[in-house]
Amino acid sequence: MAALEFRDPIRAKALAAALARATGDVGREVSLMHVCGSHEQAIAKFGLRSAFPRDLNVIMGPGCPVCITDQPEIDEAVALARQGARIATYGDMVRVPGTAGSLADAQARGARIDTVYSVAQAVDLARETPDDVVFFATGFETTAVATAAVILAGVPKNFSVLSAHKYIPPVMEIVAEMPGTRVEGFLAAGHAATITGWGIFEPFVARHHLPVVVAGFEPLDILAALVKLVELVRDRAPAVVNMFPRCVTREGNRNAQRRLWQVFRPIGGRWRGIAHIPNGNLRLRDEWAAVDARRRFTIDLASLWQHAPSTLARQCICGNIMAGIASPDDCPLFGGACVPDAPVGACMVSSEGTCRIWHQYGGVPDLTAVARPFQGRDDRGAEGPALRDNASRGPVCPI
Amino acid sequence: MCLGVPGLVVEVDDLTAVVDFWGVRRRVRLDLVDEPVAAGDYVLNHVGFAIRRIPPEDVQTTLELYEQLLKEASGDLMATDVRSEIENLKSEF
Ligand code: SF4
Repeated sequence: MAALEFRDPIRAKALAAALARATGDVGREVSLMHVCGSHEQAIAKFGLRSAFPRDLNVIMGPGCPVCITDQPEIDEAVALARQGARIATYGDMVRVPGTAGSLADAQARGARIDTVYSVAQAVDLARETPDDVVFFATGFETTAVATAAVILAGVPKNFSVLSAHKYIPPVMEIVAEMPGTRVEGFLAAGHAATITGWGIFEPFVARHHLPVVVAGFEPLDILAALVKLVELVRDRAPAVVNMFPRCVTREGNRNAQRRLWQVFRPIGGRWRGIAHIPNGNLRLRDEWAAVDARRRFTIDLASLWQHAPSTLARQCICGNIMAGIASPDDCPLFGGACVPDAPVGACMVSSEGTCRIWHQYGGVPDLTAVARPFQGRDDRGAEGPALRDNASRGPVCPI
Repeated sequence: MCLGVPGLVVEVDDLTAVVDFWGVRRRVRLDLVDEPVAAGDYVLNHVGFAIRRIPPEDVQTTLELYEQLLKEASGDLMATDVRSEIENLKSEF
C-alpha cells in the first residue's frame, strides 16, 4: 500500500471527496461502527465528522474497555475490597462508579486499593506482602494476554485474579444484529487485531454479510478505511480488508494467542449497555481455579445491592451510547452534573470513553443534519492540526 | 491504555529485556513478543510486555509518530495516554 501522508490536508480533502462520492453512490443513509477508543479520539480531535457526507453515520461502538466493564463486576471488586482483600487494578478502574460507589470510595473508607501500570506490578506487590492481593483485571485481548502471561509464569499463593477481561470479536456479532443501530460495516481496531489477526473476522463476515476494515488510528488512516468500507457497502461486497498491514497480519501474534487461550476461556456475560454477549467475557479456565478470585473467595454482593444507585447514576445513558443508539449530547448530565473531575458514568472516566472524549474536544455537531466542508478543524480554535502539520509519513503501527 | 510505546532493546536476558524509552530504561517482559528480539531491535511495549518486534523498516516512522504525539498540548487525550505510559515506565525501574 502506498504511504499515506496522514496529516496532509490535500490528501485529507481527496479522501473526504472520495468518501462523499462513495456514499452518494449508495444513495441512502449508511451507518458504520468503529469499536476503538483511539478511533473516537482521532475522529473527535480532528473534527473528522465535519468531513463526513450527510448520509454517513459513524457510530462509536463498545470500544472502551473501562466503559463496558459492567456494574456487577465493579461491585465484585468493591465487595472484595470491603471484605479486606487488597485490590490492585489499572488506574481508570478505581474511579468507575459501581452500585455502592467506586473503588476510590471504598479506599476512602479504609479499603486498600493499589493502582498498577502492569499486572506484573500486582504480582510483585503480592510477593512483598502476606495479604491477599486480588488483581481486578480489565481490558480487551491486548491486555488479557499480559494477565495470561503472569499466570503462566507462576504467581505467589496470595495472588488471585478477578477477571473482567472482554473479547471484542463476539460483541460485533451482537451489535451487527441490533435493530436500533442498523450497522452496515465495521471499522476494526488495529490494536486488538495485532493480537488476534484479521483472519478472525472472516467467519463474522461470512455469517453477517457485513464488511470489516482494519484501520490504524491516525486521522487519514481512518478516513481511508472509511472510504474502503463505504465502497464495500456500495458494491455489496462483504469482505475483510486490512488497511493496516504493517501492524496487523492475517494470523496475528500466535504466541500471545496461545497463552491467552491456555489461561482463559470465553463465556457469555453482560457488557454494560450491550446486554448479554455470548463468549464476550474471558474467565479463568478450571485448571487455574487456585488463582481465580471468584472461586477463592465468597464475594458478598448482596450487601452492596441494598444501596439504591444515586438519582444521578440512574440518568446515565452510557449503555445506550456504547450500543450506538445515543450520543453524549442526548444525556442531560453531559458537561453539567457529569464532568471528567466528577464522573457520573464510566464513559466520562476513561480517556477512551465517548463522553470524556466529546467533553475534551468540545462535543461534535450533529452532521447527519448539516453537511460541512472539511476544514481540518480542531477545538482549540486555531487552525487545526490537519492543516498545520504537513509532515509526511506512512501509517504506523502503534501496537 | 490501548496504545503501546516503542523502545530500543539494550540488553536481552532470557525472558526479559532492558529497553530504553526516550532515555528511560526499564525491564520489559518478552513472554508475549511475536518473534525473537535482540539488542538493537525496537519493540512495542504494552503494560510492561513487549508485544511486537517493530520491523526495522517501520522504526523511523513509528518513532516520529510518537514524537509528534508527545509534542501535543496537555489537553490531548492520546498524547496524555502516551505520556502517562512513559511516566509509568519511570516509576518502575
Ligand atoms: S455524560 Fe456522564 S452521565 Fe451522561 S451518559 Fe455520559 S457518563 Fe453517563
